[in-house]
Amino acid sequence: MEENIENINIEVKLFLEAVFLKYGYDFRNYSLAHIKRRILHRLSISQIESISLMQDRVLRDPDFFQQILLDFSINVTEMFRDPDFYQAIRKEVIPLLKTYPFIKIWHAGCSTGEEVFSMAILLQEEGLLEKTQIYATDFNQKVLKQAKQGIFSVENVKEWTQNYLRAGGKESFSDYYVANYNSVIMNKNLSENILFAHHNLVTDQVFSEVNMIICRNVLIYFERALQNRVIGLFKESLLPGGILCLGSKESLQFNENASSFSPLVAKEKIYRKNYMIPNLFEV
Amino acid sequence: MDYKIIVIGTSAGGLDALKKLLPVFPPAFPVPIVIVQHLSSRSNGFMIQYLNSISSVRVKEAEEKELLAPATVYFAPPNYHLLIEDNQTLSLSVEKKVNYARPSIDVLFESAAYAFGKSIIGVILTGANHDGAKGLAQIKRAGGYTIVQSPETAYSGSMPKAAIAQTNPDRIISIDEIGIVLRDLFMKKPNRFI
Ligand SMILES: C[S@@+](CC[C@H](N)C(=O)[O-])C[C@H]1O[C@@H](n2cnc3c(N)ncnc32)[C@H](O)[C@@H]1O
Repeated sequence: MEENIENINIEVKLFLEAVFLKYGYDFRNYSLAHIKRRILHRLSISQIESISLMQDRVLRDPDFFQQILLDFSINVTEMFRDPDFYQAIRKEVIPLLKTYPFIKIWHAGCSTGEEVFSMAILLQEEGLLEKTQIYATDFNQKVLKQAKQGIFSVENVKEWTQNYLRAGGKESFSDYYVANYNSVIMNKNLSENILFAHHNLVTDQVFSEVNMIICRNVLIYFERALQNRVIGLFKESLLPGGILCLGSKESLQFNENASSFSPLVAKEKIYRKNYMIPNLFEV
Repeated sequence: MDYKIIVIGTSAGGLDALKKLLPVFPPAFPVPIVIVQHLSSRSNGFMIQYLNSISSVRVKEAEEKELLAPATVYFAPPNYHLLIEDNQTLSLSVEKKVNYARPSIDVLFESAAYAFGKSIIGVILTGANHDGAKGLAQIKRAGGYTIVQSPETAYSGSMPKAAIAQTNPDRIISIDEIGIVLRDLFMKKPNRFI
């Protein structure tokens, strides 16, 4: 078994190298425990004997790669996840956004879009949706396609309705969708200013200057070095005074770019990029 | 024997069991202890605060990318899976529930087995479901040491029974005995009279 663990570690490294060389998707700086878990899970449910043989398969079978991409990109999400976060946005961030003539927001790692629609609903209730452009990106085409459709399974709606209310929703959640058999279709006006696009946080560059970035539950899958890169990307992308929102259990605490941000609502991991202030203490 | 970490999984009745177990560890306990306790997804930090107040070791919620330290007890945050990395740091995941649970004991134990191999001690305590049985078996296969709370002494025996059904644990004992075994494994003074 001990030798087994060593072999598994070697095979996993080689597998990630192969995926990168062949498809350009770079998972080499993702959480190894997470990647190992997903690879071993795929191995146990497919008829493949070893990770090395799985590597052979992934090189030759692009469809299998798509499966692996889905395995690696945990797409679990929900509407108004962490209602307290949305409360904090209403209380502390909306008043700032109201002072801007035009607002640009980037949702990075938006998955199937629930988080984006939640924000659109909130902005509409605050009278800001019409002057907002939302970019919603992910590196997984399959979830983006779903997000674009704005159609969700009805099975979660009860939970989302509760989330919406606890998040300080002002209307009735059912005002924002039309139910149709087993699904709900989100109102078209919500997505009019949303642009869904492919963007890989590991390998792509900054694409726009924005007032607010929301990147929740993505950085937990990255090693520290990669977290540094991505926060650096966000720093470049944010206008001075811009807002950065991370997941409830993510923080800038150990990040090399931490000094460029100040906490706005520390508990909800909402930060503000510092304005450039000349250092008065330097002679 | 050179164990580097203890992982513990528990569910229904877990708080009472941990209330007995954690105060047993002395302030200089040489290894980290990582725990998954099933809780409602909205539970607050009360349990951690309380356990910290009655223990000599430090009790805290696990933070992502945090480096494991000795004499410290880490709890998985509600609604996140907790994993251990090869480089002795902690990772979180919002992956879907495993055994209807997030955090799941299996997720923690399996990752721990892959990161620590035979240098790990896995402990299953009281609980009313089957989570952890697979993970404990994985720890055993990796050569680690396995302990299960004896079902008849547990508030709920289902989880211990499920674990025993899948593994042949090294010890099946009461919570008080688990405390003694763990403390003695690490804190025994060298015997000078031999
Ligand atoms: C757990 S979901 C988070 C969804 C949403 N932000 C939330 O908190 O509910 C993580 C998302 O990050 C995406 N992701 C992972 N690595 C990425 C990368 N390198 N670039 C862009 N998106 C990535 C995944 O495809 C997945 O949809």
